[in-house]
Amino acid sequence: MSFHSRLPSFRFSVQSDELAVREALKKLLDGLRPLDLDVEEAGTVELVMAEALNNIVEHAYPEGEPSGPINITCTHADDGLHLTVVDRGHGMPDGRTPLGQAANLNVDFSDLPEGGFGWFLIKDLAKDVTYKRIDPENFLSLRLAVAMP
Amino acid sequence: MDLESRSEENLQVVSVHGSRIDAAVAIEFKDAMRASTDGGSETVILDLSEVDFIDSSGLGAIVASMKNMGQSRTLALAGLTPTVDKVFRLTRMDSVFSVFPTLDGALTELRS
Repeated sequence: MSFHSRLPSFRFSVQSDELAVREALKKLLDGLRPLDLDVEEAGTVELVMAEALNNIVEHAYPEGEPSGPINITCTHADDGLHLTVVDRGHGMPDGRTPLGQAANLNVDFSDLPEGGFGWFLIKDLAKDVTYKRIDPENFLSLRLAVAMP
Repeated sequence: MDLESRSEENLQVVSVHGSRIDAAVAIEFKDAMRASTDGGSETVILDLSEVDFIDSSGLGAIVASMKNMGQSRTLALAGLTPTVDKVFRLTRMDSVFSVFPTLDGALTELRS
């Protein structure tokens, strides 16, 4: 049993580029330091947010187009960490997130998947994943069941 | 992305000196792995003990490295730290590779 006192909400912003994800993850984990997450919980936070942010850098602000801001808000509640990620890039195709199904590994060696794991990991590890497009912004919110009382 | 390669009897060990294999270095990692393993031993052990974090791009780069070696060769993974292990377990990619908790364990098993 561990007890986590409530961490005040915090928010920060990074400018989308190839190193933005590392910068954002560092800021997030620095902000969460008072919670003293164990390696398992910290790994979950870092992995889910890395995948969410990689998608924004890759697809919302694709290479060759202007970069833009990524705003991250983190709120600590009784049911875990609530994270919201807002960007001003391209929306998701069809206005929704990919399903994030597990990759099929029952294939020939040469067909083993080298990608498509990102949304699977997000949906497997995060709860209450919601996405909405309110022009010109994308809102992704999710909950991570860590740092609970 | 710093990879160090050394030959042991009948096999090769490639150690990753870096704490992350993520989207920022995935292509560099894949290229460095290709350079290290092309024309090398049948069995290669990738020592991941210094790597604290991989994301799906890093995972994809490791899969690509195995595919580049070809089906007749073996890429074994050793020294997975907790978050790296989590990524392989959740994606079930731990069923595609031979995974060893430690480099010593991998060497003992694969030398024979």
